[in-house]
This record gives sequence, C-alpha cells and structure tokens, in this order.
Amino acid sequence: MEETTKRELVLSINGERRSIVARQSETLLFVLRDGLGLTGAKPGCLNGDCGACTVLVDGTPIKSCMMLAIETVDKDITTIEGLDDAPIQHAFVRHFAFQCGYCTPGFIMNAHALIERRPNADEATIQEWLESNICRCTSYQEIEAAVKEVLEAKKAKPTDP
Amino acid sequence: MVPFDFAYYRPQSITEATALFAALERDGKRPLYYGGGTEIITLSRLNLVRTAAVIDIKAIPECRALDVGHDSLVLGAALSLAELEEANPFPLLTKAAREVADRTARNQITLGGNICGQIFYRETALPLFVAEADAIIAGPYGIRQCRFLDLFHQQLQLGRGEFVVQFKVDRAAATLPHFHRKRRKQGEVGYPLVTIVALKKDGTVRVALSGVCPFPFRSAEVEAHVNDRSRPVGERIQAAVDAFPRPILHDIEGSADYRLFVAAQLLEDMLGELGDRETV
Amino acid sequence: MAVGKSIIRKEAWDKVTGRAKYTNDFKEPGMLHASLVTSPYAHARILSLEARRALAAPGVHAVVVGEGLPLTGEDMRDRPPIAVDKVRYYGEVVAVVVADTLAQAEQAARLVRVVYEPLPAVGSPREALKKGAPLLHEHLDRYEKNKTTHPEPGTNVAHRTKIRKGNIEQGFAESDVIVETSVSFAPSDHIAMETRCATAEIWPDGTIHISASSQSPFMIKKLLHAYFGEETGKVIVHTPLVGGAYGGKAPVQLELLAYLASKAVGGRKVSVWNSREHDMVTSPVHIGLEATVKIGATKDGLFKAMEILFLFDGGAYSDKAIDVSRAAAVDCTGPYHVENVFCDSLCVYTNRPYATPFRSFGHCEQAFAIERAIDELAQELQLDPWEVRRKNAIHPGHTTPTQVRLTKSNVGNMPACLDRLRELMHWDEWQRVEVDAYTVRAKGIGAGWKTSTIDTDASSGVILTFNSDGSVNVISGVVEIGTGTKTVLAQIVAERLKMDVDQVHVKMDIDTQTTPEHWKTVASRGTFMAGRAALAAADDAIRQLKDIAACVLRASPDDLEVGFGRVFLRDDPAIFLPIKDIAYGYKFPNGNAIGGQVIGHGHYILRRLTPLDPKTGAGKPGPEWGVCAEGVEIEFNRRDYTYRIVKAYAVIDAGKVLNPKAALGQAMGAMSMGLSFASREGFLFDKEQRVLNPQLRTYRPIRFGEHPEYIVEFVETPQIDAPYGARGIGEHGLIAMPAALANALSLAAGVPLNKLPLVPELIWRTQKGDSYGSV
Repeated sequence: MEETTKRELVLSINGERRSIVARQSETLLFVLRDGLGLTGAKPGCLNGDCGACTVLVDGTPIKSCMMLAIETVDKDITTIEGLDDAPIQHAFVRHFAFQCGYCTPGFIMNAHALIERRPNADEATIQEWLESNICRCTSYQEIEAAVKEVLEAKKAKPTDP
Repeated sequence: MVPFDFAYYRPQSITEATALFAALERDGKRPLYYGGGTEIITLSRLNLVRTAAVIDIKAIPECRALDVGHDSLVLGAALSLAELEEANPFPLLTKAAREVADRTARNQITLGGNICGQIFYRETALPLFVAEADAIIAGPYGIRQCRFLDLFHQQLQLGRGEFVVQFKVDRAAATLPHFHRKRRKQGEVGYPLVTIVALKKDGTVRVALSGVCPFPFRSAEVEAHVNDRSRPVGERIQAAVDAFPRPILHDIEGSADYRLFVAAQLLEDMLGELGDRETV
Repeated sequence: MAVGKSIIRKEAWDKVTGRAKYTNDFKEPGMLHASLVTSPYAHARILSLEARRALAAPGVHAVVVGEGLPLTGEDMRDRPPIAVDKVRYYGEVVAVVVADTLAQAEQAARLVRVVYEPLPAVGSPREALKKGAPLLHEHLDRYEKNKTTHPEPGTNVAHRTKIRKGNIEQGFAESDVIVETSVSFAPSDHIAMETRCATAEIWPDGTIHISASSQSPFMIKKLLHAYFGEETGKVIVHTPLVGGAYGGKAPVQLELLAYLASKAVGGRKVSVWNSREHDMVTSPVHIGLEATVKIGATKDGLFKAMEILFLFDGGAYSDKAIDVSRAAAVDCTGPYHVENVFCDSLCVYTNRPYATPFRSFGHCEQAFAIERAIDELAQELQLDPWEVRRKNAIHPGHTTPTQVRLTKSNVGNMPACLDRLRELMHWDEWQRVEVDAYTVRAKGIGAGWKTSTIDTDASSGVILTFNSDGSVNVISGVVEIGTGTKTVLAQIVAERLKMDVDQVHVKMDIDTQTTPEHWKTVASRGTFMAGRAALAAADDAIRQLKDIAACVLRASPDDLEVGFGRVFLRDDPAIFLPIKDIAYGYKFPNGNAIGGQVIGHGHYILRRLTPLDPKTGAGKPGPEWGVCAEGVEIEFNRRDYTYRIVKAYAVIDAGKVLNPKAALGQAMGAMSMGLSFASREGFLFDKEQRVLNPQLRTYRPIRFGEHPEYIVEFVETPQIDAPYGARGIGEHGLIAMPAALANALSLAAGVPLNKLPLVPELIWRTQKGDSYGSV
C-alpha cells in the first residue's frame, strides 16, 4: 500500500531543484527534515500552533507542518538555510533575540517575510505577523528590538538593493 | 504529520473535481475536499480524520475568484484568510478573518475551510450570515446557488460530494455600518469565548455569534429582541441572551455563565457603537 | 577584558542560520522510531494489553511493555518506566511501539488494545490527604529510597519536610495581628519549544549509546546503572544543543524508554521523540500547589512568626517533586527574617501528571503564597506593602529557616533590591489610580530569594586544551540549554588567561566519554560551579605554560606571567615566548623538544553542604542565596475584567554581571515565563483528572505583542568565592512575578486573588464570590 502512495516530487528549495520520493500525505516539514536534511525548520507541535517550522512558500510564511509537500510542487520554497546573510539574522544576533535557538529559524523566516513584504509595517502589523510564533526563552522584547531595527534601517535606505 | 497514507489530487476544474470525488467514492476511498489543509492535517494526526484521498480545490479558478462586481462581491472558497484581509473587499469579513488562528496560519486557512471545517467556531461565517450572502455550491448534480443562511443549520448542510465554490455578497451590504468584537479567555490568539458580528441595515441590526454555542448562529428571535427599541437597552440585551440557542458552551475556554456575561457586554458594546442604544 | 562585556554567544550564528543541531535533527538510515501508547485514564487497573495486531502491522519490530521492569525514581523508586497492572495518570506510558518509520509506529500504536478498569481518581493534594482517599501507592513502605526521603505509608504523602525554627507559639503570642492566606494552582508545563527526545543504541561490545535532549546527561549514566545494572563506563551519552529546558529536561524518562526499546530490537538505534501532547502530559510537568500561610506580626508590620503548609501536587510519581517540595521548605519564609518558623512541606501523590523542577525550583510557587500573604497582612495593618517587606528584609547576620547564618557573601543585598525597585517603579507616587469609569491602573510587588537545593557532593569539571595557534578549547559538562553559560565560561577563561575571547573556543555538545562531568545543568549553578572549575583549569594551564617557558627563557616560573598570547618576564615583557610556540611543547632550534600539549584541568565540588535534619530541617542546603525584588504595573478594566500588563520590573542581585546583555536576557526571559504562567497557563482537568488542554492550541503561553515593557536592573554584591563574584541569575526573574501580578490585580479589582492562572473569568468569579475550578 505504501509504495503506491509514494510519489517523486521535484521541489524548488533555496534556489535548487531537489528531487525526493515521499508519501503524498507527507507534510513539507518532514520532507525537508528527513528527506532533504534541511533540519533548520523545527517541529514544535506539528499542529500549526507554535510557528517553529515556518518556511517561505513563494515568499509567504507558511507553517510547514501544516502543508503537504506535494502542494509545494512548482512553488519556491525558502528555508532558513536559504537565507544569505539577511539583515534580520544580524539583528537577532546583536539583540540577543534568542537563547536556546529552537524557535529562531521559524521566527526569523516570519520576520524576514514581514520585512520584505511590509517594510512600512506599523506596530499592529508587526504584532499581527509575529504573534504567530512562540518563543519560550526570551521576553519578546529582544525580538521586537531586532525586527524594528531592521525595519527602521530599511526605511532609512529605501533603495537598498 | 499524517501517519496514514492518502492520494492527493489537484483538479483544474469544478467538473473534474466532482467527477474525481464520485470515482474515488465508488472506490471506497472516502475522499475529502481539501482547501488550506490545516484542519485535515491536524485532525489526521489526532486520529480524528481518516481518508484515502484528498481533492485539493485550490487550482480551480472559480474557487480562487475575488471579483468586485457592480452589484456583488464574489469570494472564492479557496482564498486564504490572509488574501481576503489584504484585498479587503468586505471590511467586516476582514475583521472576522483577522482574529482566526494567527497570521501565518491564515496564509493557509481558506474561507471555505474555515466555514466547512469540523472545528465549530467557523467565525468567518458570521459576516456572511449578516450580509445575507449566497453560497455557490458544486456537486454531482452540477452547480447551485442558494442563500448561505438557509443552508446553514449549525453547520453548512452539504450533500455528499458537494463543496462550496464561492460566496456572493451584495456589495451594498459590504459597506454598511458594522461591528465586530472577539473576546478570548486570555491573550490575543486562540479560540473565542464569544465572537460577535453585526451589521445595521435600514435601521435594523443583524447580529451573529460564535463561541456561545457549539455552532455559530444568527437568530431571528435574538434579533427581534435586540431591535425592540420600545424597551430599555438592558432588557433588550437580557431578552436576547435568554433567546440564545442552547446548549451554551461550558468548556476549557470558559464557563457557560461567564460566556453569557461576556456576550451581554458585547451586545451592549454593539448597540453603543451602532448608535442603537436609545429607547424609543 | 572579557568579563563584564556583552559577548555574543558562541553558537549564535549556528542558531540564526539553521545549522544548530538538536537531538531530533540527527537522523540515520536504519534508525527505528518509537510511538508511545498512553493511558486515556488518570487512574485505572490494566486488565489486559493486546499487541498482536500492532506487531503484525507493516514495519513494526517490537512492542515493549512494562512487565518485569525495575521501578525507577531519583529519590524514591516508585515509578515503573512503562506502567504495569495500573496506570496512575492521564498520559502514562503503557507500551512503546517500535517501527521502521514514525508514521508506521504511530499507526501501529493505534492498534494496541488495552482494557482498563477505571478507579476513582484523586484530583488535588487536599483531596489526596482526606481520610479514605484512594491510595495511589499501596506499597509505599516497600519502595527503595534514599535516606533523606520520608514517605508516610498508608497515605498519599510521598515526603514531608519539617522546618522548626524558634518557638512558633511564642511568636504568635507576641503578634498583634495574625493573617491567614490560602493559595492554589494546578500543575502546568514547561513548554520547551523542543519536545523531549532520546535515542539509544546498544553496540555489540555492550556499549550503550544514548543521545538525549537532557539537562542531566551524566545522571543518565548513573541511573542506567542503578536501575538496570549497566556498567557506567559502558554508557555513553551524547547531548547536543537543547531547545529549552527550564527544569523539565532534568529528569530521566524517555532515555529509559529508548534504552528498553533498543534492547527489544537487538540493540538497533531507536528514537523516542515526544509529540507536543505527550511532552505536555506524559513527560513530567510543572508542579501544582495548595498552600496556607499564617503570618503573625506586630502592628507596625514586624514579622514575629510564620506557620506554613505547602501541599505540593507531586502527581502520580514522586521523582524530583520530592526535591522541589523540599526546596520550597528550605526558603519557606521568602527573603525575610523570621525568628519563629513552623513549616510542613508535603509532596503529595495525586492522579495527575508527575511533577519535576520548573525554573526557580519551588520558589515562584512558594513566593506566590508568601507574597500574597504579606500583601494581605499589609492591607490588614493598613501599611504600605513595600514598607512591610523592607522592614523585614533579610540581611547578613540573620539566619535562614534551616538555620544557616547569613554572611555578606552568601546572601545578596535584599534591602538594596527593594530600594531600587521602589525608585524604578515610582512606587511612592501611586499604587492604584482610576483612569476613568472602568480603567484602573495598579502596581504590585514581590520579593524572592533562592538557594539551590542540590546534592551535597555535586561537582563540575573543566578541561582546557590548546590548539597549535595558541587558542584554547573549553570542554565542560554544562549543557547549552539556551542560558549561554558556555559563552560565559569562555569569558571566564579568557579573563584568567588574559586573552581575546575570540581565541577561546567552546565545545558545545556533551559526550560523557570525553566531557568532564557537570552534575546537572540545573539550579543556576552552571556559572558558579563550572566557572570555578574553569578558573582552576586555567590556573593549571598557566602553571604548565610557565613550566615550559621557564626552561626556555631560563627563568623561574615564579617570575613569569601569562597573557596576551604570551608567556613573558614580569619585569621585562620584551622577553617572552608566544603561547602558540609552547602550547604543544617547545622545540629548540636543534630539534630537541620539551613539554607536550598543554591540557589544563580543574574541578569544583560544593563544600560543607549538609542534608536537613528530619525533625527541624536544620542544615545547609546550598552555597548562597540570590535575592530579587520585582514589580508589575497593570491596567485593569473593571467592567469586563480584562487587563493588560503594562510594565514588569526586576532588580536582581547578580553578584557580578559577567555578560550584561545575556544577563538581561536571562532575567527578562524568566520574567516572561513567570507572567505567562501566572496570567494564562495551567492544566485543566475533568472530574476524572484527564487533562483537557494538552496542546498549544488550548494551552496558550504568552505571545509576541502581549508582552509588557521590561525594566531590569542588577545590584552587585559579590559572592566572594564565586567566579568574579557572580551569583546565579537564571531563575530569579521568575520568582516573584506571579505574586507581583496577583498583588497588582488584587489591588485593582479590590478582591484577594489567590489562584492561578489569573484569567479574567477568575477575577469575575472571585468578585461574584463563586469558586472557580476545573470544568
């Protein structure tokens, strides 16, 4: 039974085409982690509640535990491994915006998308986006500082390539 | 994590979808239509859903429609809540959608999924109730259009093999004065204690609630009390609360009496904001 | 040089790029996966367990059940690793299914048929202590236990700690007023974002390889020996980065299951990984409490006596809950001088998930009781609650409840913390204001202290190895659970060796075969114990470097100094050798060589700690008491009972701040956890004691945007025998937060709020005079 439900999927991940055989009912999170060795996205609840597994699908933050891998064929997936020295990564380091680091990839991916998609985000928008992720170590104040710093810097340099 | 296997189909048209359903049904696959998928995946891992096939409706153009026509809005059932919020064709729906789950989840949760799912809050149904929207439904016998409210008795009464393609909202209704408030047990993410949505048309308040009962509702009797401007506000609200359908939810989010306390306050807020507090 | 600077944590870039690896990130082809079959009842007899269908399912290799296994437990062996005959809590493991894939294991787990006969369930400590309450452990008298555990067979009392100091009758006789306060809260959870995970593999040579998301990798070795007779030298535990712990990963549970599962499949590698639901209820939880505090005081607010009853909800098995109940007793009065103390602290069995340490180890729990009582006393006497605390604040010369005399070194400066808090909060300006018809702003405060109640012979070791470029590797048994302790150790080593902290490398993961032992990464003792060991190791390395350099430079080692990458003559630094030239021994121009790789080692063992006297509690439980004063400012709506936490304050005596930003992060993170716990967390049980909210969907910790503004300051009163004077600071931010929030809300709402979590419905109900319990 199992064999018949597996399928070869060609996914576009971090700019590379990756081919993988997976169960059709397999979530993107498990395909990324177990199939492709991209363990940056973290399983925290497998229930869509915590945000630790957040990745970008066509630039939109998605909880990868809640999406089937097969749904992402023909879409561009970006995981934390695909970020290339993004300003938010530096800001997280500078502001001590993580401790154990487990929620960090998900938080960073969501914050990165926010910064890209909503460079003029106001307080309400920042909260609306970032309340999707749970961090248990920090007070969130550190994360807030990191995200706001990047947004401010972006506003100051709107033509930044 | 879905521990069992299923086959995934992604039809490109309505007829392909309904035909697939019929074929899979015949094969004993107990297929499910699949929108954002969040609830199917959640309930699968908890062993509360089991299927051998899912039919993803997100590639069907009609399900993805978002048309602002002269007289009506057409909202595809496979639009994500976040897409609806951003396009904001129906501000009251935007407000209701924005309080469902969290932003990242709403990038996936679809309008149709929120309304047709098993999780009984179905808060985006409320604006459609009060706007008296129509639902466009596809099934083995073709496509039908009907008043959403007429087809909704605790949940949307769909026949086997049917799915919602679109909702149609009167454009004028979408711009009427309205009210939305969601109160949770605590915090700003999570299921409601009470969600209340209202719209005022021709001096009459239409109101719908979720979280009070194990199903969302709009009740003629409740509205009659709310609009009975011959009585003082306190009495109108009390009568409306007394007329709520039963049972009143009594669970981990809140007790029944507390929910009624919250609902009464929100009704009062609603009348205040819609300028309908005065007795005539 | 390095100490006192906000050095970026060493593993920072691994964590922001996704390269940081946690236990469940290590996958191997051929590794098997386990799924836990757990009990849907909180108390039931297991009539039968039928695993045939599960065993026949695709991919399944074994179904492990509980028969024939030894009992386990750190203080008292009362817990079968897999239930047999009887289950005692909702979520207890009854079988472990091992299969090729996790999906197959989960599918098969659903095929295991267990027939239960439900038994009456005990739902709270007070219920458990009632005459005729169902007994959880009929054979409490037969359990193996250590000398400091005092169960009461025939009851549900797993342990009782008695504190008797002074003369309680006399204390109350001298009091003008006596206030009695009762508080309670149900068990809750740690919610580390990484759920617990363990893998085990048994090699043909008999070595047992465990990988575990654990605060106690070294304890796993000891316990596999104690429970199963395995040679400790053959147990090798690997612990990579840990994704949050907060005490919840101190106990040993899944590791035992992984070991048993591997054994059942011929030693193959098996991974046991908790689902969030299992992590919340099957694995141990944050303890619940019912407490009564009676304070006697003079009319000007001087404490004369405290009579305290702590009934800790230890859950179904005692494990570390005994220790938590003891720790609360040790510091039972809070950071106040009380001459006459009578405290009974009980660890009580109930049919609830079993409890284990939670950040602050019994102290935020204890403080909630004491600090609420103090506010009620202040109200009764119409005194300023800050004044009452200040008047009674503990300081050197006083004795603790266990009769340890306090010195300038072994206790932080409580009065200074309170004084600074008062200024920061503008306490004197207002404590309650009505902003409009419905909106009230209010402030609440609390104070806390804590010593670490840990094994009297707990020790820590550090090894320093040098690289040929003169840089150093720090190898310590402290687990990096997020506290940044390993970075602080690098700072300590860099400071001592007078070198650039970038030249100090840290081995992040633990391999118990090559890493020197650090007892457990708990109790805010990492910096103190491992820091002392690191200093000793640095001194050892310095001695070795000097010995080699002395030969080469033809000078006495006494005349040499180490620093700035060199060994040099003290009175003429121009005469020197670069460390890189001697770190692997020195090679003379003619090819002769002396020395060898410099390997410094050091260790530290806690000194002069004693167990508590069973009759009076007298004894020295820990090395020092850190103190803190904390406050909360809230905005409360009197119409709808909702509130917002506007600001949260903490003043903590850090001894010496070694890494300012990291210290702030520890304090603020702990405060956040305390506010989250106090305002919204807690398990909800039905009448049969089944947990109704074992998911993050329904058990909702604080989220971004719900956080207040945090204002934190440190006082620095050095602990003179700690590295650079630093005190533990990982937990103090939490201790007084629940109490401060409850005090602020009680003031705002005008009713005593003595239960947690402080959800609006609780306040509404309390004001109505109803009781508020589980649904």
